[in-house]
Amino acid sequence: MAASLTTRQLTVRLVGVVLAMFAFGFALVPIYDVMCQAFGINGKTNTSAYQGALKVDETRQVKVQFVATNAADMVWEFQPVGDQVVVTPGRVSEMRFIARNPSDKPMTAQAIPSVSPSKAAAYFQKTECFCFTQQVLQPGESIEMPVRFIVDPELPADVHRLTLGYTLFDITARMPPVPVAGR
Amino acid sequence: MSAAIDSHAHAGHDHHHGPAKGLMRWVLTTNHKDIGSMYLWFSFIMFLVGGSMAMVIRAELFQPGLQIVQPEFFNQMTTMHGLIMVFGAVMPAFVGLANWMIPLMIGAPDMALPRMNNFSFWLLPAAFGILLSTLFTEAGGPNFGWTFYAPLSTTYAPESVTFFIFGVHLMGVSSIMGAINVIATILNLRAPGMTLMKMPLFVWTWLITAFLLIAVMPVLAGCVTMMLMDIHFGTSFFNAAGGGDPVLFQHVFWFFGHPEVYIMILPAFGAVSAIIPAFARKPLFGYTSMVYATASIAFLSFIVWAHHMFTVGIPLTGELFFMYATMLIAVPTGVKVFNWVTTMWRGSMTFETPMLFAVAFVILFTIGGFSGLMLAIAPADFQYHDTYFVVAHFHYVLVPGAIFGIFASAYFWLPKWTGHMYDETLGKTHFWMSFIGMNLAFFPMHFVGLAGMPRRIPDYNLQFADFNMISSMGAFMFGATQLLFLFIVIKCIRGGKKAEAKPWDGAEGLEWSVPSPAPYHTFSTPPEVK
Ligand code: HEM
Ligand SMILES: [Cu+2]
Repeated sequence: MAASLTTRQLTVRLVGVVLAMFAFGFALVPIYDVMCQAFGINGKTNTSAYQGALKVDETRQVKVQFVATNAADMVWEFQPVGDQVVVTPGRVSEMRFIARNPSDKPMTAQAIPSVSPSKAAAYFQKTECFCFTQQVLQPGESIEMPVRFIVDPELPADVHRLTLGYTLFDITARMPPVPVAGR
Repeated sequence: MSAAIDSHAHAGHDHHHGPAKGLMRWVLTTNHKDIGSMYLWFSFIMFLVGGSMAMVIRAELFQPGLQIVQPEFFNQMTTMHGLIMVFGAVMPAFVGLANWMIPLMIGAPDMALPRMNNFSFWLLPAAFGILLSTLFTEAGGPNFGWTFYAPLSTTYAPESVTFFIFGVHLMGVSSIMGAINVIATILNLRAPGMTLMKMPLFVWTWLITAFLLIAVMPVLAGCVTMMLMDIHFGTSFFNAAGGGDPVLFQHVFWFFGHPEVYIMILPAFGAVSAIIPAFARKPLFGYTSMVYATASIAFLSFIVWAHHMFTVGIPLTGELFFMYATMLIAVPTGVKVFNWVTTMWRGSMTFETPMLFAVAFVILFTIGGFSGLMLAIAPADFQYHDTYFVVAHFHYVLVPGAIFGIFASAYFWLPKWTGHMYDETLGKTHFWMSFIGMNLAFFPMHFVGLAGMPRRIPDYNLQFADFNMISSMGAFMFGATQLLFLFIVIKCIRGGKKAEAKPWDGAEGLEWSVPSPAPYHTFSTPPEVK
């Protein structure tokens, strides 16, 4: 049997494939993010402020509901000031969320937004959001945090209602709160 | 190594060298038959260890309520059972068969990379030693299921998860080296005249399996590496709080996981394709279509992974794509089943133990394929997902699929390995007890699953009690029977009717042209294949 590659050449190539596939496993991470952005998978929304302007569609109204959840082990009190607002696509609307740190130590938190139904996520644009940054609260301190958003008039016609949910995570261990001078 | 160098100098000279003596023979061996035997014994030990864990699970589920173990330990048992059966029993058994049979089937003197072969075997005891040791740590072993979804396996994992990750790395390296060896052997060491399309199907299915292995085992390694980094180095691949996503874990895992299920079944397809013609005394029907069907299954297995994730919230187009792509796999699988049945059609069949296991394989694997099709229906899967119906499905493809394929191979080639015939009556007893036991154990799981019994729980609603008791009794029967298999193998090694070079009159292939037991060195001068 006249082999076209020696065993050594073949082995080196196969090891190359193995290394490439190992790298591919990690490449799945950005690929997944791009896919989520492109198709609004998992209700992922924009992670930095939306800059564009959208045409207002007066003919239609969409109900936006709000949910606030604590991730496991998170002790903060966290809720929106209202349950829902009715918005006109293309116009900026606002909702405020209240968070309070009832513990006896300073803590850092990160809110992660999610929109459902997930196919609506790509049409939900936040122009300002507390989820773009982290929150640091001293013991007993509370804070009111706004989110401003526009619903894209291109939102599929069969969506009349969508939900913006936030899950609040305790990330104190990862990002220790910087002591604030004078407090 | 001087023996090997010598053998090049005087071809045929090495026939005089037997194996080295003593324990070091096994530690240092580079002989494919020795290594094949070690793989097979290792996998059988793991089969018994993983099987004992299954006995613990079924004993707890014998009746509703908590009787024998605590839920925490129960979870460790389900997790370790799955991991050990998949990575410790099924995969090494096929690598063992590959080591023994591929060189004999293609007329090669040994594997292409014999020293790597030794290393890849010896990594396994290390990997499973590490994995099993976690059971003795204070917080216990892995308890997050064999699919180890994050954040259960990261944020909420017991401390021993780092050992688990290291163990998975080692077994991954071992499988990758095994796969490279198989590919190099098949592509470079075939005897003159053994063209690709003349290779026995077992060689073909292993070649394709080896490519699947080198494509997906590195992805699994990447997956556990990301877990390791999340746990110890502050990254957030799977941690939502840091901008990661737990659903990403499932994509990475199942990108490995679905091809993995075919890694566990394709070599069995190949073995059965050798055994059925031998006992039907007819050549295999549709050899070429078998090769292409195997290749299509392997290709399709890369684009169906999200059928394990229908319920995580993927877009409708995604659900549809993965549903239809999954159903497409049934086509090449159907081609294979058709070919096996047609091979038997009007054959002069006899039912020695290997054939019994092979015929049961065809029938029961098909049942598992059908329940797979039911699960592939995305809207229906919302009901079935994470119930005992899924457990029934994968046990039907894995026990009478992969495991029966391994048993059939073992009985078929035992005469070649040991030089003795196994005890046919005992072999048939082993078959019937296994057949009845596994059906009793797994068939009722379809019913409780459809009725809504969730998987991975130590306790259940009273309404499921009767079926669970039947399942447990079947499982005990199946488990106990495997000790009989151990006895049969030992008996066959120690003595029995002398086996001829070709003990099965319908069998074909180069492996039957060497004497039984196969001498320590075979095909030092390549045979001529017409
Ligand atoms: C016609 C072929 C097949 C189809 C259509 C199919 C389909 C499926 C689907 C849709 C699921 C996910 C069910 C759920 O989680 O809700 C599943 C699970 C599974 N299948 Fe299959 N399958 C097939 C063949 C196989 C084979 C050949 C094997 C292995 C030898 C296998 C092993 C498994 C395993 C281990 C799981 C469960 C994984 C887990 O969640 O722990 N399947 N199958
Ligand atoms: Cu699958």
